[in-house]
Amino acid sequence: MTAPTAAGCAAPDQAAPLPASLDLEKETVITGQVLAESGEIVPGAYVRLLDSTGEFTAEVVTSPAGQFRFFAAPGSWTLRALSRHGNGDTAVTAARGINEVAVTVA
Amino acid sequence: MSRDTALVSAEWAEKNIDAPGVVFVEVDEDTSAYDTGHLAGAIKLDWKTDLQDPVRRDFVNKSQFEALLSERGISNDDVVVLYGGNNNWFAAYAYWYFTLYGHRNVKLIDGGRKKWELDGRPLVTDAVSRPATRYVAQEQDRSIRAFRDEVVAAIGIKNLVDVRSPDEYGGRLLAPAHLPQEQHSGPATSPPRSTFRGPRRRTRTARSSPTTSCARSTPPPGWTTARTPSRTAGSVSAPRTPGSCSRNCSATGT
Repeated sequence: MTAPTAAGCAAPDQAAPLPASLDLEKETVITGQVLAESGEIVPGAYVRLLDSTGEFTAEVVTSPAGQFRFFAAPGSWTLRALSRHGNGDTAVTAARGINEVAVTVA
Repeated sequence: MSRDTALVSAEWAEKNIDAPGVVFVEVDEDTSAYDTGHLAGAIKLDWKTDLQDPVRRDFVNKSQFEALLSERGISNDDVVVLYGGNNNWFAAYAYWYFTLYGHRNVKLIDGGRKKWELDGRPLVTDAVSRPATRYVAQEQDRSIRAFRDEVVAAIGIKNLVDVRSPDEYGGRLLAPAHLPQEQHSGPATSPPRSTFRGPRRRTRTARSSPTTSCARSTPPPGWTTARTPSRTAGSVSAPRTPGSCSRNCSATGT
């Protein structure tokens, strides 16, 4: 038997569509792709969400399509990607709803 | 516990990948990660299906733990080397678990799966099976587990340490940021009788509102409690079980 509640708790698939139950009037979704300087997508990159003081908040691994997704709060954040292609930072000022951000690594 | 006894480097792990008496065990939050590639010879433990009792929502008991490790081929004398994704999050949980049941020699790979991957060290997808053993666990070391009443009694008296992110601690985020903040994954009232919800509600004094959202219904995840005011960090801790909906077991008084 699989715990029904636990199923919703593991690291979500970064490529999966947003759950239908998600309330985008309440959620602040920070999502996007990690790209190499050539524009090539970077799957398997580690993307960190850092808060406005630079503290670690969460980390996900990009999907085969190089996608990442966080559920944060309105405000200033930094995305930091680590990959075998290199690393990169992008600052983002997020509002409620979906915030699309690309992170380039070099 | 010190850095020397608790951690091994990725380099050490790669050199000892085939060493007799060393068993590598991957434990991930994303339980499918192992199947996409793992250290050669490493076995997988699934925190959802292997490390929690599906009915009691508690840690598996001594005989369940013995059966699990016996079936997976871990013996009492083996050096168990744990690693996993999300910065060893659930690997560290398993570290606590092995310690709870008295395993003598257990370590974490410094940097976890991420360090291994970013170093470009090899991962394989081969199926791994180890000959069964007869593992004998110790009784749970209750000195490293804080129960609900102990935690409640410790408020304002002992040192409670919240190891979640600063924004979760500050109430700006309600769940780890890789999970939806406003998720409602189940009924807000009348949970099934077979689940232990009642005691959990009473423990969530630090949380805002009752909900069955998995991340928020977890009793303050990552809270650790020191046994005495003079022994703070690292002395006695409840395991951080991020995202574990069911890790309210310390409140069930089992």
